[in-house]
Amino acid sequence: MNRQLNRLAVVSIVLLAALIVATTYWQTWAAAGLQDKQDNAIQRVVQFSVARGLIQGAGDTATFAANKTVKRSGQTLYFRRYPQHGLAAQTIGYSTASRSQAGLEQSMNDYLTGANTNLSDAFGHILDRLGNATVHGDNLELTIRPRAQRLAQQLLGDRCGAVVTMNPHTGAVYVMASSPTYDPNLIDKPGGYAKVLKIRGACGDASALYNLATQGLFTPGSTFKIVTAAAALDTGAFKPDSSFYDPGYCTEYGSQVSNAGNPDQGGHEVFGHLNFVSAFQHSVNSVFCNIGKHIGAATILAYAKKFGFYKTPPLETPANERRPSGLYKNLKLWDPKNPAAEVDPGRLAFGQSNMVVTPLQMAMVAATVANGGVVPRPYVVQKITASDGSTVRTTRPSNLGRAIKPQTAQELNQMMVAVVQGGTGTAAAIPGVQVAGKTGTAETGVDHIYTAWFVAFAPADNPQVAIAVVLEKQANGFGGVVAAPIAKQVMEALLHR
Amino acid sequence: MSNRNRELLYLIVVGLLTATGFASVYIADQSRISGGSLAYALFFFALFLAAHLVARFAVPHADPYVLPIAALLAAVGVTEIYRLGPKDAFRQGTWVVIGVVVFALALLGLRRDYRVLENYKYLFGLGAIGLLFMPLLPGIGLSVNGSRLWVHFGPLRFQPGELGKIALIVFLAAYLREKREVLAVGRLKDWGPLLVIWGMAMLVLFATDDLGSGLLFYGIFLGMLYVATARIAFIAAGVGLFLAGSVAVYQTTPHVRERVLNWIQPWTTHKIFCPLSGAPALRQDCQSYQEVQSLYSIAHGGLGGTGLGSGTFLNASGGQIIPDLNTDFIYSALAQELGLIGVAGLLLVYMVFTLRGFRVAIFARDGFSKLLAAGLTFGFAFQAFIIVGGILRVIPLTGITLPLVSYGGSSILANFLVLAGLMLVSNRANAELAGAT
Repeated sequence: MNRQLNRLAVVSIVLLAALIVATTYWQTWAAAGLQDKQDNAIQRVVQFSVARGLIQGAGDTATFAANKTVKRSGQTLYFRRYPQHGLAAQTIGYSTASRSQAGLEQSMNDYLTGANTNLSDAFGHILDRLGNATVHGDNLELTIRPRAQRLAQQLLGDRCGAVVTMNPHTGAVYVMASSPTYDPNLIDKPGGYAKVLKIRGACGDASALYNLATQGLFTPGSTFKIVTAAAALDTGAFKPDSSFYDPGYCTEYGSQVSNAGNPDQGGHEVFGHLNFVSAFQHSVNSVFCNIGKHIGAATILAYAKKFGFYKTPPLETPANERRPSGLYKNLKLWDPKNPAAEVDPGRLAFGQSNMVVTPLQMAMVAATVANGGVVPRPYVVQKITASDGSTVRTTRPSNLGRAIKPQTAQELNQMMVAVVQGGTGTAAAIPGVQVAGKTGTAETGVDHIYTAWFVAFAPADNPQVAIAVVLEKQANGFGGVVAAPIAKQVMEALLHR
Repeated sequence: MSNRNRELLYLIVVGLLTATGFASVYIADQSRISGGSLAYALFFFALFLAAHLVARFAVPHADPYVLPIAALLAAVGVTEIYRLGPKDAFRQGTWVVIGVVVFALALLGLRRDYRVLENYKYLFGLGAIGLLFMPLLPGIGLSVNGSRLWVHFGPLRFQPGELGKIALIVFLAAYLREKREVLAVGRLKDWGPLLVIWGMAMLVLFATDDLGSGLLFYGIFLGMLYVATARIAFIAAGVGLFLAGSVAVYQTTPHVRERVLNWIQPWTTHKIFCPLSGAPALRQDCQSYQEVQSLYSIAHGGLGGTGLGSGTFLNASGGQIIPDLNTDFIYSALAQELGLIGVAGLLLVYMVFTLRGFRVAIFARDGFSKLLAAGLTFGFAFQAFIIVGGILRVIPLTGITLPLVSYGGSSILANFLVLAGLMLVSNRANAELAGAT
C-alpha cells in the first residue's frame, strides 16, 4: 500500500500548494484591482485610518477641518469634522465616507492624506505604513481670515450672494463667502445631504453647495465701467478731464438708450455737461455708452482679458468649482470673432448685454487697480506643513501680468475715490480711511429687482484690501445702498484687526 | 535526542510563538503588553505540556512533530479568535482544554492496542450515520445559517458531523483492510455494506445541506479506497459519478446553483434578482457579498499583512464586515493580518503535518493502521483545502471549519482525536521498529 500512500501524499501536498499559489495571486497580482473596487467595505474603513491634515485659517485662529479620533480594537479611526460648520464651507468643501469630495478637501486631497509630499516626507510616510503607524497628512494654513469671513457671512445673512476680498498686492484671499451656506458635517449624516440640497436662500433658487464666489456668474452692471474706463484711459482715447454732454440718453443703432434705466444715478436723469471723472462718479450710462461706441467692443473685451476675463481664475479649489468671466451665449463662454459686428458696444460699456462675471474676477479687477495695474494671482492656501511641523510648501505671491499702465491705475484710483467721496458709493466711506469703490446695480429683467454690486479697495493711497460684494435679486436694492455697507464693514474689520 | 525530548523542545518554541502572538494582539489593542495576555500563552503552554507528559507515558515512541504542530495551529486559532472577540476565545480555549483531555483519554485508553477498534467497525459505521442524522431530529436539531448541522442540549451546541467523520474513517479503515483484496477484483457483494453506509452518509449530508462535509466525505472515501485497492479505475469512476451527480444537483437545487454562480461570477455589473432582499441588486452586494468581502480582506493583507491585531474587520459604524469570520472565514482574517508570508507559513505547517501523517501511515506495519492514518491525514489536509480553496475561489465555497484553527468546539474535539489516532499508530510502528533493530 505504500506506493498508493506516497501518491495520496503527493496529491495532498499539491492541493495545499495550490492554496499557496492562489493566496499569492490574490495578495499580489489581484490585490490592487480588488482595493479599487467600489464595494470594498474594508477600504471604506481604511481611508479613516489616515489622519487627514487639518485645515486652518490664517494664523491658526480657527480650524475649518479637523478629525474626531475613535479608538477601537486594534485601530484608531479619524472621522472628519468641520468645527466652523458653515464658515467658508464651499471653499473648504467636504470629504465623506463614500469617498465623495469637494472644495479644498478634494483638490488638496493628496497633501491632506500625506500622499503628495517631498522626498524625505514620502520616505517617512512609507516607514509609517511599514511600521503600521498612523499616516498623518499635511496641514493646510489658509489665507482666510476667520473673523472677517464670519462677519461677511453674517452681513450676507440668508440673502444670495458672495463676498471676496484679497490682498491687492499678493492675491492672498482673506474672505471668500458664498451665501446661502451649509454645514459640511451634515453631508455624511443620514438624510443630511438631502437637507443640504433643500437650502435655497432668500432668492429661492440658490444651491448651498455652489461656490458663488468662484462659480456664480452675475451681470456686473456699472462695476464693469472700471474695465471700460481702464480701456478708455489706457488706450489714450480719453483723459479724466475729457468732457462729455449727457442728454439723458445715448443713441445706439438709431434708437435711444435711456439713462433712466440706470438706478445708480439716484434721481439725476440728465447731467448735461460733465467730465469723465464726474461721469464715473455718478455712473452716467449715456457717457459710457458713447465711450463704448468710440473705442469699440473689441478694445473693451481685449482689456477685460488683460484683467483675467475669459480664463478660469487660478486658485487651489477644484477647477470645476471655478468659472471664467466674459460674454456668455447659451450658457457657454462666448468669445466673438468679430466683436464690432456681434457685440453691442454701448451696453457692454456699462456692463449689461451678455457680460457675466464672478465675484472673484471683480475682486481681481479692484485689486489690479489698487496694485498699480498688475493683476495679482489669487491664492487661498498660504502654507502646507507636515505633521511634524516642517514646512512642505509656502505659497509665493505672483501675478498674472500687467493689465494697464501705472498711470491709468492711478487715474482710475482717483475716479473710484470720487465715487465714495461724493458719488454713488458714499455708504462705503470709512472714517479716517480713503476708500476707492464702484457701485453696480444690474437689471435682472424683472422690474425693480436688481443684482447689487460693490467693488472697492482701501486705503486708496496704500491699498491693503480689495473687495467685491454681490447680492442677488434685491428689491429696489441699489449697489450703493445694499452692497456698499457690507464692503465697508468687512474692509474695516480687515484694516483694524 | 529521543522523540519525546524533541517534542518538548518544539512545544517550547510553539509556546514562545504563542506568547508573541498574544502580545502582538495586545499591543495593537492597548499599546502595551499586559500580564493577562502572557498568562493566556502560559496557560496554553502548560496545557500542551500536560498533553506531552501523557504522551511521554502512553505513547513514548510516537511521532514528535504532530503534537507541537497541532498546538501551533490551535494557538494560531485561539490568538486570532481572541483578536476578533475575546469572549469567543475563552470558549475556544475551554474547548481546547476539553480536546486535550479527550486526546489524553484516547491515548491512555488505547495505548495497549488501538486495533481493537477494528472489531467494532459496523458500530462505527452506524455510529457515523447516527451522528450525522442527529441534527435532523426534532427537539435537539438546530439550524444555523440555513444548514441543519447542529444539535443542542440546553445551552451546549454541538456539530456531531465532525465526530461522524472520525467514526466513518475508522469504519472505512477496518472494512477496507478486511475486504481490500476482494474489492480490488470487484466482487459486487462485498461492496454492499460499504456503499450502504457511505451512501446513507452522503444522503444525510445532502438532507442537512452540508455540502462541505459531503465533499470531504466523498474525498476521504475515494482516497482510502485508492490506498486499499490501488485501482485508479475506481477513483475515475468515483470522480465521474461525482461530476454527474454535481450536474444533477446543480439543476435541481437552487442552493447549490447559487454557490456555483457565486464562484464563477461573484461580481456582476448589472443588477440581478437578490433572493435575500427580494429586490434587484448586484451579486457582490447580495449572495456573493461574503466571498467578495473575504477576498478584499485577503487582498488588503498584501505581502506582509497589517500585523496581528491591526486588521480591518469592522465597518465605520463598528459592524462586522464579513459574517462567520472566526469560523468558516478565519483564513481571510489571518491572510489580512499575517499577509502572504504568514498564511503561506500556515499552509506550510499544514503540509508538514500532512507529510508526517503519511509518514506514520507508511511506517505502520498493518493494513488497518495504514488506512486509519492515511484516512485521518488525508481528511485533515482535504478539509483545509475545501475551506481555503473555497475562500480563494479555487473551488466553489462550501462552509466547513479550518482544522484546529477555526472557532468551533466539535471541530477542535474531532481534530484532537485525529491527532491521538496518528500518535497511537506511529507509537506502535516506531516501537516495533525500535524492537526490531
